[in-house]
Amino acid sequence: MSRIDVNKTYKLFIGGAFPRSESGRVYEIKGADKKFIANPALASRKDLRDAVVAAKSAQPGWANATAFNRGQVLYRMAEMLEGRSEQFINEIISLEGVTKKAAQLQISEAIDCLVWYSGWCDKLSSISGSQNQVSGPFYNFTTPESLGVVAVFAEAKPSLLATVRALAPVLAGGNSAILIASENFPLPAISLGEVIATSDLPGGVVNILTGKASELIPWVGSHMEIDGIDLTGVSKKQEEELRLAGVDNLKRIFRFSNTDHPERILSFMEQKTIWHPIGI
Amino acid sequence: MSDFEYASAPESRAIANIASNYGLFIGGKFVQPKKGKSFNTINPATEEVLSKIGYADKSDIDAAVKSARSAYLKVWSKMPAKERGKYLYRIARIMQERAREFAVVETLDNGKPIRESRDTDIPLAAAHFFYHAGWADKLEFAGFGSKPKSLGVVGQVIPWNFPLLMLAWKIAPALAAGNTVVLKPAETTPLTALLFAEVCQQAGLPEGVVNIVTGDGVTGAALVNHPDINKIAFTGSTEVGKSIARAISGSKKTATLELGGKAANIVFDDAAIDEAVEGIVNGIFFNQGHVCCAGSRLILQENVADEVLDKLKKRMSLIRVGDPMDKNTDLGAINSKEQLNKINEISNAGDKEGANRWSPELKLPSKGFWFPPTIFTGVTQSHRIAREEIFGPVLSVLTFRTPAEAIEKANNTMYGLSAGIWSDKGSKVLWAAKQLNAGVIWSNTFNKFDPASPFGGYKESGWGREGGRHGLSGYLTAEAKVNK
Repeated sequence: MSRIDVNKTYKLFIGGAFPRSESGRVYEIKGADKKFIANPALASRKDLRDAVVAAKSAQPGWANATAFNRGQVLYRMAEMLEGRSEQFINEIISLEGVTKKAAQLQISEAIDCLVWYSGWCDKLSSISGSQNQVSGPFYNFTTPESLGVVAVFAEAKPSLLATVRALAPVLAGGNSAILIASENFPLPAISLGEVIATSDLPGGVVNILTGKASELIPWVGSHMEIDGIDLTGVSKKQEEELRLAGVDNLKRIFRFSNTDHPERILSFMEQKTIWHPIGI
Repeated sequence: MSDFEYASAPESRAIANIASNYGLFIGGKFVQPKKGKSFNTINPATEEVLSKIGYADKSDIDAAVKSARSAYLKVWSKMPAKERGKYLYRIARIMQERAREFAVVETLDNGKPIRESRDTDIPLAAAHFFYHAGWADKLEFAGFGSKPKSLGVVGQVIPWNFPLLMLAWKIAPALAAGNTVVLKPAETTPLTALLFAEVCQQAGLPEGVVNIVTGDGVTGAALVNHPDINKIAFTGSTEVGKSIARAISGSKKTATLELGGKAANIVFDDAAIDEAVEGIVNGIFFNQGHVCCAGSRLILQENVADEVLDKLKKRMSLIRVGDPMDKNTDLGAINSKEQLNKINEISNAGDKEGANRWSPELKLPSKGFWFPPTIFTGVTQSHRIAREEIFGPVLSVLTFRTPAEAIEKANNTMYGLSAGIWSDKGSKVLWAAKQLNAGVIWSNTFNKFDPASPFGGYKESGWGREGGRHGLSGYLTAEAKVNK
C-alpha cells in the first residue's frame, strides 16, 4: 500500500502568523481535473480588519528600513522561492492544468521578478526624485516616499507569477500589503506566505486573505486605513465599486498592464518636496 | 509706533479695461451663452459690480468641449511640439507685458492686496507658462517613456483664491503636453481668466485649444460629467474633490485633484524666533489665509510658546488691513460673503469649544467683506478650528514638549498638503521633514511656490502633483497603467 500524503491546511497569513478565518468558514478548491484539492479559509470582514491593523502597524518599520535592506529582503524572498519551487510546481499544475514545464517557467519568472524589483528599492529616488531649479535662494528637492497600506488584487492566472508581479512593487516602495488571493487559484498565494515568513520580512508587511473577492470588496473599498489598491485582478464592475467606495479617503487606485515597470512601484508612492533657504 | 503712519499709496485702476459684460470664450471667440443667462462679479472690497458674466449651462459646455475636441484632433495634437511650445512662450511674454493690468484686475475681482497680485500671482503665472513652454518639445526626456502621449480634452475647474495662477497651473502643463482644455474659473473671480482669453487671441493660439466657460458649481458639474472629456483637473475643497472623484468613478476619465489642507507649522525651541514669527505671519495671513497650504495650525514647543506668541501678537498689530489697491496693504478683503460667513461660523465654534480668540485692535472698512487677523490659543486637537480648513486669516495655536509629540500632532489630520518646520539644527529639520505626512515641506520658510517645484498633497489633500517634472505626468499617458 502506498503512503498516505500529509496534506496541507491552507490558512490565512496575518501579522506573520497563519490563522484560520475568525469566521470558521472555508470553501472548496478543485483542480483543473475537477478533483478536490483543499479547503482554504473564507476570509471575513473581520479578517480583513485584522489584516489592516497588522499592515498598518508594520508599515512604518518597513518604510524606515534602509532601501538597501528592503532590497535584500526582496532578494531573500527570491532565494526562498527558488528553494521551494518544487512545492509550487504541483500546486500550479493541479490548479491551472498546465504542463510541468509551463509551471516551472512560471516559477522562474516569478523568482526573476522578485530579483528585478529587489534591485529597484534603492534607485527610486534617482529615477523619480529631483533637485528642482527654483528661482530663488532655496535648496528644493523632491523624493518619493511610501504610501502606506495597499490592497492587492492580482490576476487569477498565471497564479503565482501574477501574485508576485503585483506584490513585489508594492513592497519595493516601502508599503505594507493586503493580498486578496484569487478566489479560484489561491493556493500559490498562500504558499507564498510561507516564503515570506522565512524571508526576514517583518510580520504584518504582507498579509494574505483567501475567499470571495466579491464579499471583501465593499470593505476594502471603504476601509479608511487602506491607502491604495492595485485592482488589476478584478472585473470592470468590481473596479467601479472599489473606485466609488475608495473616494471616502481618496485611495490611490490603479489597474496595471501585464508588465514589470517601476511605475508600478511609484504609483504607490507619494512625492514629497522639501524647501530650505540658502544663506548665511 | 503711530508716529510714522503710512500714507496711502493707491494703485491706479485706470489700466484695467473691464468690459461691462463678457461672453464665454469658445472656439477662439467670445460668444453669448445659449440661454442668455448671466451673473455679476463684484469687488469684494467695495461690493461694487465690476462686470456681467455669461453663465454657461450644459449646452454651452457641450459647445466648448466640441470645440476643444476638434482643435485637439485637427490642430493641436498634429502640430510639431516645437511650435506648440512657441505658442506657450508667446502667452508667457504677453502676460508679462500686461502684468500690471492683470494685477489690477485680479485685485479688484479677488480682494487680495495689489502687492501680492503684482509680486506673486501674476509673475508666477507667467513663469509657469514660460517653464512649461520649454517642456513641450522635450517630453520624451521627462522620464515617462520615450513616446509619451497627450490625453485629449481636459476639463479644468479652478478656485477663487489665486485665479490667474491656478489657471496657469492648469493650462500650461496641459497645453505643453499636447492636450486642449475647457476651463471653468471660479464664480466669484472670472475676470482674469477672461483677460487671459484675450491673451490667447493676441498670441494667435489656434481656435478651440483653450476654452473658458464661466458659471457656478452647476456649470462645473456639467463640465466634469461631459462624456467627451478625457481628464479632469480640479483645485478646490476636499468635499467637492470627492464629489468629482465619485462622479467619474465609473467613467474612463482620470483626475488630478489639489484639495484642502490644514498645515502644521512647527516651531522648535532652537528656531530663530524672529524669522519664525515672520514665517508664521506669511504662512497664515498671506492672501487672507485663502490658501489651501496655509500654515493654519501653529505647533509651538512649550518652552518658547510665550515668547513666540508675544512677538507674534506684536507683529500682528502691525499688519495693515484694508484697501487691497493700496500698495501698503498686507491683508485685503475676504473674497465673498459666503466665505466670510464660513470663517465666522468656524471661528465662533472655536469660541464655543473653549479656545481663546485674539485679534489686534483695528478698524475694518464698512463696505465689503473683512475679517481681522486672528489667533486662537488654548486649542486642542479635537477642536473644529484645529481640524477643519477655515480658509481665512485664522491661526490655531497648539503646543508640544517633545519632537515626537510635535510630529504626532502635525500628522493628526486627514489632510497632507503642506507643513512648516522652524529649527536651526539641520539634522532635526531633515528628521522632521521625513516624518511629516505632507507633499510640500517648507523648512525655515513658508508659502514658497515655483513652476519647477512639484506641489500636491498626501492623504485627502488630493491626487497627483502640479509643477515640475512630476506635474507633467498628469497630462500624459502612463506606460504601465491601464486606463480605466
